[in-house]
Amino acid sequence: MSHANAAAAHADAHRTSTGLSHNKLLMWTFLASDCMFFGSLIMTYMVYRGRSVTGPYPDEIFNIPFTSVSAAVLLLSSLTMVLALAALQRGKVKVFRVWILATALLGTLFLGGQYYEFTEFSQHGLGLGTNLFGSSFFVLTGIHGTHVGLGIIWLLTLFALSFRGLVRQDNAEKVEIAGLYWHFVDIVWIVIFTFVYLLPY
Amino acid sequence: MAQSAFTLERSAPQETALSRLWSWLTTVDHKRIGKLYFFTSLFYLLVGGLLALLIRTQLAVPNNDFLSPDTYNQVFTMHGAVMIFLVVMPLNAAFFNYFVPLLIGARDVAFPRLNAFSYWVFLFGSLLLAASIVLRTAPNAGWFAYANLTNNTFSPGHNLDYYSMGLQVLGISSIASSLNFVVTIINMRAPGMTMMRVPIFAWMTLITSGLLLLALPSFSVGLIELAFDRLFGAVFFEPSAGGDPVLWQHLFWIFGHPEVYILILPAFGYISEILPTFTRKPLFGYPFMVYSGIAIAILGFGVWAHHMFTVGLGTVPNAVFGTTTMLIAIPTGVKIFNWLGTLWGGSIRISTPLLFAVGFLGMFTIGGISGVMHASVPIDYWQTDTYFVVAHFHYVLFGGALFAIFGAIYYWFPKMFGRMLNDKLGQVQFWIMLVGFNLTFFPMHLLGIDGMPRRIYTYTEEMGWATWNLVETIGAYMLGVGVLLMAYNMFTSLRSGQPAPADPWDGRTLEWSIPSPPPVYNFAEVPVVSSRDELWERKLKKQAVPAAVKGGSGEEAEGIHLPPPSIVPMIAAFGLALAGGSMVFKEWILVGIGLAILLFSIIAWSLEPNE
Amino acid sequence: MSHPGGETSVEHAHPGAITYVKVAAILAILTITEVSVYYIPALMTIITPVLIVLSIAKFLLVVAFYMHLKFDSRLFTGIFAWGMFVAIAIVLAMIALYAY
Repeated sequence: MSHANAAAAHADAHRTSTGLSHNKLLMWTFLASDCMFFGSLIMTYMVYRGRSVTGPYPDEIFNIPFTSVSAAVLLLSSLTMVLALAALQRGKVKVFRVWILATALLGTLFLGGQYYEFTEFSQHGLGLGTNLFGSSFFVLTGIHGTHVGLGIIWLLTLFALSFRGLVRQDNAEKVEIAGLYWHFVDIVWIVIFTFVYLLPY
Repeated sequence: MAQSAFTLERSAPQETALSRLWSWLTTVDHKRIGKLYFFTSLFYLLVGGLLALLIRTQLAVPNNDFLSPDTYNQVFTMHGAVMIFLVVMPLNAAFFNYFVPLLIGARDVAFPRLNAFSYWVFLFGSLLLAASIVLRTAPNAGWFAYANLTNNTFSPGHNLDYYSMGLQVLGISSIASSLNFVVTIINMRAPGMTMMRVPIFAWMTLITSGLLLLALPSFSVGLIELAFDRLFGAVFFEPSAGGDPVLWQHLFWIFGHPEVYILILPAFGYISEILPTFTRKPLFGYPFMVYSGIAIAILGFGVWAHHMFTVGLGTVPNAVFGTTTMLIAIPTGVKIFNWLGTLWGGSIRISTPLLFAVGFLGMFTIGGISGVMHASVPIDYWQTDTYFVVAHFHYVLFGGALFAIFGAIYYWFPKMFGRMLNDKLGQVQFWIMLVGFNLTFFPMHLLGIDGMPRRIYTYTEEMGWATWNLVETIGAYMLGVGVLLMAYNMFTSLRSGQPAPADPWDGRTLEWSIPSPPPVYNFAEVPVVSSRDELWERKLKKQAVPAAVKGGSGEEAEGIHLPPPSIVPMIAAFGLALAGGSMVFKEWILVGIGLAILLFSIIAWSLEPNE
Repeated sequence: MSHPGGETSVEHAHPGAITYVKVAAILAILTITEVSVYYIPALMTIITPVLIVLSIAKFLLVVAFYMHLKFDSRLFTGIFAWGMFVAIAIVLAMIALYAY
């Protein structure tokens, strides 16, 4: 990576004790904190598993093939995200734009799938207040969806900024950090997919 | 986030009242933000103290009807919430902000605008919480807000919506500032300052921030679930739907117990800075201080259920959590003995900071010992929900955290404002508060053992609790006098106090190497550190004290890049608080507007020139 | 943006697109395995551990390669692992408390 020139210009102002960038350290620290956030939500879901006193129950309404596809879509978006970063690090801004847009689209597709799933569930009579499953499921996946939504806004902002020359090879770290967030949201879904959808009751 | 260069000459145009206000609203200087935290939380100290006096007035005599039962519930709930979230935490944040960069030899924190954002979110969030007091619909289910007291059936008013939204917003402020301090301390140490040369206060800031980052999310999730129950009809804590109110207790105390260390670890930091300075001895056992702090933080995540011994978790869980709780006494004891070791054989100078530090040692140890008593499950069965517990946590939080903070105020005020506080008055204040404190809280042990329950708004004559309660009330008013004395001391000092020299205490750390108050850029030359007690080392070796002490006029400062001021953090914080506040009243349009303001200001934030 | 003053050893070259695609292929296979396991009645007895192991594998792959922890400073790994450790420990403790 060619940070060297840019970095040398501000060498004094931007010296860090560890040699690591502030922004990346911030993002990793935030993700550590977010582990606990999603941990608490998943914990609520797990301790309430099988405690609902009325239906509909999860195994009656989960559509595993459908969710598998949307899980795969999100997983694929992680690949396009990392390809976008790789392209930018090699100075290929146009390729970067294609991949970052693809990532945002796949994220939107995932959210669309979640919207479909939510409406489907509510037609089967599952609302937020129907039972413990409804409350813990909708809040957990809804907050995850909100994270995806914020990620999409972030990616689209980067996409737009690249046209004003604000996203370049020498500050590809901006994209790397957005990518860290995006991949984290993806791994949270890996966990949710297993523990919420697949584990048998 | 690197900030664009702008030279100091341009930063000081002609001052008008309006431009001065604007400069405070847009400030990104860690010292100014520290002062904002400082004065805001001192104001809330008066509010929280007033609430305490209301409680003590109500309980002064049996069968009192000074406060109605409902008002009493609001008053004791808000006393707890205000003191924890709006006094001790932000007072600590004030010192983190002002002194961590100075202690580690940095020009600012890693993310100055994020720092400003944290303050404004804190301010608006605190106003949201405090508004409930003015509107007389304050949260009334205890600062812990146990479910299912908090559902719509039992709490139909807005009271607990202020709780869930206010604390949610305040939590975001804490997360943002913790992220900032973790990065600052890891990444912005002066050259030569290895982790094992970092002053203990900065170490405790790092550990506290790490604790907050991992503890708060659990509470945030609890508050989200509470809000969903109350606003959108979810059933998380609804027993009729199978919901478990005890889950709230878990989520709350997984945060709530580390929170105790979040409140007390900074206090350990102040003590560890004050004692060496006033005994003229390096801190005894520095590495043990660091590692025991880390040990407390780690163990602190494994003890939460000791707040729930009587919930009925079962014998095995109770035994496990009782054991882990007792383990925490070990690192804490290590710290106490190291402080004693620092005092031992030192040439002690009696002054207000030292008195408060020693007062802390005594009072905190009493509170620590009654804490170990609670760790024993059978004893806790007896003590739980009695005034014995109230005595315990006031010994650690008032005699501990607040005494340490008062010590820190007397220690660092000269650096912050360039004026000395009156030391004689400070010593008078200390003795009044020490006596008042023990009059107020020691009898609570006796009343607790006698079975007086917490949170009751009155009691009858026959219980035989009247005498001690009256004594407690007298003690509480003495504490009030002590706080007013401190306010008076600060006020007169700011108006006509003796100008403070750069190094009034023969200090050991870097902040004393620069003028009082420090110039906006802190260090004219970035210091190079070669020792834990860097400044002492330099004075001992008669080394040239850094350039800033000699001149410090700003001449040398030419070419130092400072972050430009920005109003965006405040607007973003306003959007966030607007959204939170509107949730209370289910004003969805306003919620949307607030979130939109937040989103657009974050985008504007990222577009501000920073290259 | 804040970059290291000089090029220090902490910034290693990230792997190329081919590695990323390979990882994606493995992730796809693991996901297919997960869903298949779910549908094979014979595996019902061991489904829970199998699914958990598969999910951990996917998690680690994404973190190590896509989030570059394998190539980046150990400090990042340490910070993230600490958050994960506390979260997992507390979730497990809670599940144990509720199963008890």
